[in-house]
Parts: sequence; structure tokens; C-alpha cells
Amino acid sequence: MSSAATLQAIIAIAGKDLLVERRTKTAFLSSIVFAILVLTILYFARDKTAVGDLDLAPGALWVTFTFAGMLGLNRAFVLERENRAMDGVRLTPATPTAIFLGKVVGNLVFVGTVELVSLPVFILFYDVPIWRELPLLMLVIALATAGFVSVGTLFAAMVVRTRFSEVMLPVLMLPFLFPPVVAAVQLTRGILALRPLSEYSGWLSLLAGFVIIFFTFSLFLFEAILEE
Amino acid sequence: MTARVGGVITSVALVAFAGIYVRALMFTPIERFQGPAQKIFYVHAPMAWAALLAFAVTGILSLLYLIMRDRKLDTIAAASAEVGVAFAVVMLTTGPLWGKPVWGTWWSWDARLTSTLFIFLLFVGYQVLRGALHDPEIRARFAAVMGVMALVLVPFIHVTVYWFRTLHPEPVLMKPERPSLPGVMLVTLLSSVAVCTLLYVGFLLMRYSLAVLRDIREEEIVDGVS
Repeated sequence: MSSAATLQAIIAIAGKDLLVERRTKTAFLSSIVFAILVLTILYFARDKTAVGDLDLAPGALWVTFTFAGMLGLNRAFVLERENRAMDGVRLTPATPTAIFLGKVVGNLVFVGTVELVSLPVFILFYDVPIWRELPLLMLVIALATAGFVSVGTLFAAMVVRTRFSEVMLPVLMLPFLFPPVVAAVQLTRGILALRPLSEYSGWLSLLAGFVIIFFTFSLFLFEAILEE
Repeated sequence: MTARVGGVITSVALVAFAGIYVRALMFTPIERFQGPAQKIFYVHAPMAWAALLAFAVTGILSLLYLIMRDRKLDTIAAASAEVGVAFAVVMLTTGPLWGKPVWGTWWSWDARLTSTLFIFLLFVGYQVLRGALHDPEIRARFAAVMGVMALVLVPFIHVTVYWFRTLHPEPVLMKPERPSLPGVMLVTLLSSVAVCTLLYVGFLLMRYSLAVLRDIREEEIVDGVS
């Protein structure tokens, strides 16, 4: 497959997933509502006199993002399970690489949109002084999301073949979310506290390293998941 | 045949393990600062070693399976993960039993503790995934993917917990630097490590031969010869 054809296949697969989502909006709306609920519950799940908003905010943001994102990841392959639609996708000339990248792009758009909608809610609820450092925070969000969407897409493709895939995905995936989420929380904490970047640049390299390595491994291992 | 060899090795290892404890309790001096609680160290540390060895074997065999596609590699990887989980349970229960009298707390988010907890949970996940897949071919492939991913994840987890601790040092309950062991204790420890490794090999062989029998049985059921 030429690279132009691969690109076309990626766009086609991501496009079809997003089209289905745009027509039903079920997963999208539930993820948004879920995110707002988690943000609200976490706000109240503490002693307000002992834990300040700024101390709570980074953890709350990342727990919300990863849990809401995980709801969306399952969807990408559950869609293909009905009527054995995955067989149809496999019959197209698209290579496993193109299918994986298409699914990753679709998931990135989905999770990214959920994050974009819940970020203002987070800023509003937790009253965080974020505007000046927004580009840096966006970079952290983009990196961490790319990391967990790559791993999540790989695992979602596996668990969809099991019973109870909704439970299985978090069990398999959460250990893999530990490094990127801890790094993202530390970075967010530094950004919200307006600390200089040099103080937490180590976490940024850890996050970037995680994304590069796990994206590469997920890409190559996906082929083993897909073969029949 | 494998089962019999495994059985013999396991029995020898179990007898030797009892011997280790006779030596640890009767002929190894009581540690000055930790008191008798330190005796559990002779089972805790070797079990930790055997568990990590087992998980490393699973990870490497998973990678080899994806390259060579030999069913035998998958069966050994699965057996090793199962034995590793069992050893990890011993490690994670003996740890707090020692921690309470010595550190003053059952649990501490010490770097090594946190990593081993995550590695344990990863391989419990590996087992859960295997249990949820019925087609042996798909199970082998997916489990191998999980095994390779776990192998890659371990260094990341380790760096994360290590940095987390160095950035936020724990105030009171830091693990003290362990003094270098006196010779008698070192001999007890090293022989216990050897025995636990032997126990691992014995268990692995027994689990492996059981898995082979189970596979034959599964195939018979599939072929309708039951």
C-alpha cells in the first residue's frame, strides 16, 4: 500500500467511526455527563478545610479525563463487533497499520473533544488560574491523551473478543495509565502553581518517552491482534 | 514425564525449604535492630526474587511466541505467570507482616513496594485475560501481546514511583539502609534464594504438564471425542 492510500484508509476508518458517533451522539454525551459528574463528586470527596482547591485540582482533572476517555475507547471496537463488522474492515485493502492508526485518530478526536468540553467546566468548578499557562497545559493534555489512546486502542481491540469487555478494559489498562497519569498530574500541579518548567521537565520527558515507546509497541503489536 | 520430574523437584525444594527454616530459626542469629521479625526476610526476599524471575520469563517467552508462534512457548509463559502470581501473593503478605513491627506500619508507598504491587496486578490482569478467551490460538496471541506490553511497562512504573518518592520524600517511615548482612545470615538468605528458584522450576514443570493435559482434553472436546 502506498502512503497516500494508507492515509486515505486512515481517514476513511476514523471518518466512519466519527460519523456513526455524530449521528447517535450517545457515547459522546454520556462521556461528557460522566466527566462533569466525576468532577463534581471529586470536589465534594474531601475535607475542604484541609485540602485546598489547587491541591485537589490536578488529580481530579486526570482521574476525570482518563475515566471518561476509557468509556469512549471501548466504543470504537464494540461498534465493529455488531454484525461482525470487523470482518468487513479486514476485507478492505487497508493494512493493519492503517486500521490501527484510523482507530487511534478516531479515538483521539473523540477523547479530545470530551476533554475540550470538560476543561472549561473544570476551570469553572475548581476556579484555577490557568489562562496564562494554557498552551503548556494543552501540550501536557495532548501528550498524555496520545499515550493512553494508543495503549487503549490496542487493549480495546483485545477485550472486545472477551465477555465483560467493559470490566476487562480498565483492569488491563489502568496499570498502563499509571506512569502517564502520574506524570500528567505532576506537570499539571507545577503548571497550576506557576512553577518554572525546569522544576518538572523530567516528568515531561517521562511522558514523551511513554508516548513514543507505547505508540510504537501498540502499532506493531496490533497486527498480532488482528490476524485471524 | 515432565509432571514426575516437576513433582520430584518440588518435593526436594519443599524439604530444603523446611531445612532453610530450621537453619534460619535455630542457627542464624537474631538481628539486633529488627528482632525475630527479621526471620520472615528469608522467605520474603527469595519469594520476591522467584516471582520477578517468573514474570520476566513470561514476558520474554511472550515476545518469543509472537516471533516463533510455537504453542509450547505460550503454555510455559502461562504456567510461569501463574506460579509468579502465587509467589507474589506470598511476597505481598509476608511484607506487611514484617513491616508492622519494623517500619511501624503495614504498608508504605515505598518505591519497590509500589512497583511490585503494580507488577503483581499486571500479571493478575494477564491471567484474567487468559481466562476470558476460549479459542486457544487467540488466547495465546492476546496473552503474548499483554506479556510484551507488561515487560515494556515495568521500567516506566519503576521510574515513576522512584521520582515520585524523591520529589516527595516520606517523612518518618523511610526504609532504613539495610546493613550489609553478616556471613551466617547471608548464607541462609542465599540458600533460600536457591531453594525458591528450585521451587519455581518444580511448580513450573508441574503447571506446564497440567496445561498440556488440559490442552489435549480441550482439543478432544472440540473434535467431539469426549
